[in-house]
Amino acid sequence: MYLGRVVGRVWSTVKNPGLEGKRLLVVQPLTPELEDTGKPLVVTDSTGAGSGEIVYWVRGREASFAFLPEEVPSDTSIVAIVDEIHVNRKKRADR
Amino acid sequence: MLIGRVIGDLTATYKHPSQEGRKILLVQPLNLDGTERGVAVVALDAVDAGIGDRVLVVTDGYAAFSALGRDLSPIDMAVIGIVDRVDLVSDAGTPGVSPNQQR
Repeated sequence: MYLGRVVGRVWSTVKNPGLEGKRLLVVQPLTPELEDTGKPLVVTDSTGAGSGEIVYWVRGREASFAFLPEEVPSDTSIVAIVDEIHVNRKKRADR
Repeated sequence: MLIGRVIGDLTATYKHPSQEGRKILLVQPLNLDGTERGVAVVALDAVDAGIGDRVLVVTDGYAAFSALGRDLSPIDMAVIGIVDRVDLVSDAGTPGVSPNQQR
């Protein structure tokens, strides 16, 4: 899974019926330090995330499993809204 | 599978039910010489790893959700092992040098 920030929303009228009623959001991938990394992408949302929220998302076939038993043609889905991140990059002496 | 270092964790109250009950770890992929490679990823913990541990991460959905015992879940990465030791032929840890080039 990958960290990202919701930076926008996509509206689409004509689309595959499987996407009916699914929110399409634009997500900017982030580093754990919350700096932008890589290019923004469009994802489906299984959580109700809103603009500006930090989320993590799944890539690949598993993205469509977020909506089972519905079959949604999606390859990227938000699966959680992040509350807090703890980062400690210091190496442990014994590892 | 990737070798990575657990550099943190995160909490999420509102999440897909398949993500409940497991630690959510931030894992920084590593080169063989231990330097960081690419951007850290988020993986669910299947072995009780902690911050600072060097770990094995699967990056395929089927491997990840079966390791966690959660069939057909939206999970694409899981920590499935803690690395004790990696043995390499000399120089194999140098980035950009494939093992074949050294023979």
